[in-house]
Amino acid sequence: MGVPLVEIAGLTVDFGNDWRSRAVDGVDLAIAPGEALGVVGESGSGKSVTWLAALGLLPARARVGGSVRLEGQQLVGAPARLLESVRGKRIAMIFQDPSSCLNPVHRIGRQLGEALKLHRGLSGAAGEAETLRLLDQVGIADAKRRLSDYPHQLSGGLNQRVMIAMALAGQPDLLVADEPTTALDATIQAQILALLAGIRRDTGMALVLISHDLGVVAENVSRVAVMYAGRLVEEGLGQDLFDAPRHPYTQGLLAALPTLTGPRRRLAAIPGTVPEPGKAPAGCSFAPRCPLAEPRCMSEPPASRRVGLLHRAACHLQIEPGFSAGALPRAAE
Amino acid sequence: MTLLEATDLRRHYKVRAGRGPFGAKATLRAVDGVSLKIEAGRTLGLVGESGCGKSTTGKLVLGLIAATAGTVRYAGNDMPPTGSAAWRALRPRMQMVYQDPLGALDRRLPVGVQIMEPLAIHGQASPAERRERAAEVMTAVGLQRHQFDRYPHELSGGQRQRVVLARALMTEPDLLVCDEPISALDVSIQAQVVNLLLDLQDRLGIAYLFISHDLRVVRQVSHEVAVMYLGRIVEQGEAESLFAQPTHPYTRALVSAIPVLGPRRERLLLQGDPPNPVDVPSGCAFHTRCPFAVATCRAEAPVLQPTADGRQVACHRADEPALQVAA
Repeated sequence: MGVPLVEIAGLTVDFGNDWRSRAVDGVDLAIAPGEALGVVGESGSGKSVTWLAALGLLPARARVGGSVRLEGQQLVGAPARLLESVRGKRIAMIFQDPSSCLNPVHRIGRQLGEALKLHRGLSGAAGEAETLRLLDQVGIADAKRRLSDYPHQLSGGLNQRVMIAMALAGQPDLLVADEPTTALDATIQAQILALLAGIRRDTGMALVLISHDLGVVAENVSRVAVMYAGRLVEEGLGQDLFDAPRHPYTQGLLAALPTLTGPRRRLAAIPGTVPEPGKAPAGCSFAPRCPLAEPRCMSEPPASRRVGLLHRAACHLQIEPGFSAGALPRAAE
Repeated sequence: MTLLEATDLRRHYKVRAGRGPFGAKATLRAVDGVSLKIEAGRTLGLVGESGCGKSTTGKLVLGLIAATAGTVRYAGNDMPPTGSAAWRALRPRMQMVYQDPLGALDRRLPVGVQIMEPLAIHGQASPAERRERAAEVMTAVGLQRHQFDRYPHELSGGQRQRVVLARALMTEPDLLVCDEPISALDVSIQAQVVNLLLDLQDRLGIAYLFISHDLRVVRQVSHEVAVMYLGRIVEQGEAESLFAQPTHPYTRALVSAIPVLGPRRERLLLQGDPPNPVDVPSGCAFHTRCPFAVATCRAEAPVLQPTADGRQVACHRADEPALQVAA
């Protein structure tokens, strides 16, 4: 990888005083200009909090440590003025529920115009022309009429398109899409993901796609990071990671997924549940659910190490490619 | 044996299409002529996008809401009218499981008390027997006895859904209507609950009406699958073959829209959103988004017809081989 656009190193986020209630625990992650990175993990894995922390969007009681650099510029602890020039302009973010991100009492056109004025200083006729171009870019037909619509007059899919248009208003170098299609129906999800791919092709913007759906990530990004209980457990190129996962958690996640083709087999569920906040084990956080766990897994947190080309995993064990912990016989589920 | 048979079920709502209290009246056809059969001990999956009427159908077959038209027969007899004594007597035989377990549980009662509640409501068994039965059912769904006195907020999402299932199983039902039972759960927990549902069916011979928008999970649990679009079933058939070779253009789009891990497939990308159910398009309701629509589709509503491979499809062009190639 060349010079990274964003480089996260040793990022930690605490909401309480106890180290056990750490929401993000030492995440290292870099993204190159124009790259598409997927971040997968279950609820509470820290996949969203990592990026909220990077952009300084967490409430004041959250304590953020480590470093987040945007082309060398430190964002953690940066003054508000600097962050304001980054948010929306260099790095934009869209969220799961578009209708709660839009202001229900303002028309779409006005909200888009506000973003354009803020980020690009466009107003009046130039602003309106650019608003129409943005709506057209995100595939909203009849853009002119839509300008005077309120968010409740649009469907969930259209609202998400408006959010994407608003994120594009600042011509960002990186778009962080946090579960952008989770609230949408399957056929609409396919439309939105195709739209994001098209925009990336046209603008060369980098994309971080945060999702719990491995399929969504597999189809839309080149590199994938897997998070579990606040830590990055595995990272690699999409096909390497999905074809030959090396961390027992990634392996378990893949084995637990029902498929749409091939013979139906019993799902290999991962026993137990994600550790509750404040009750993380001292060692590897996956150890209590891991079929391969050894005594040292309980006491020592594993360091991330290289297991292949651009492929890293944080596991004490040397798991060979092709071996799957997900296929091991289990005790009670 | 057919456990439940619904014929031509309809549920229409009177709504105001215009603004304010004096706006024009309109009819929302949430469910518009749905017929389905559930065999004892088998699973019928019901899929479709939000607003297609799948949840309403689930409530209609249980009589939780009254149908505008149509009949439901349960174990060979007509379903008694909603709210009647005979209907109440039948309720323990069929139960409902909802998507959000926290919303379905009372936060101020220990889960054990809630699990025993159905027996109290139906006046079955003595308090001591209820407690014993609750312990049995909790074991069956993979909960531990010491969790009897826990409150819902002390349990994880997967455990709460097990509590909801345990409560539904207390009256030993023949039929469970599961409305998105695992959609609120994390991926690694979903598999646990799916396996549990399959084990319970094996052991207890319960039939499921499994309502979900997640085609992969529906394929995993269902014997038969029905696909709904705007209040009607557009395709119905054996689960594995339906997903392997979907015939109706809508089913094809739905199946192809599912992101997969393996090699990328050709995608049938639909244009636009599903139409407003108040204003259903003429003819085939899907013609506005269908890439294969012809003049007939705009004028005439297709009916469900059996195809050569035992499937039921409501499409004017289902038999055309050219269409299969085009996909």
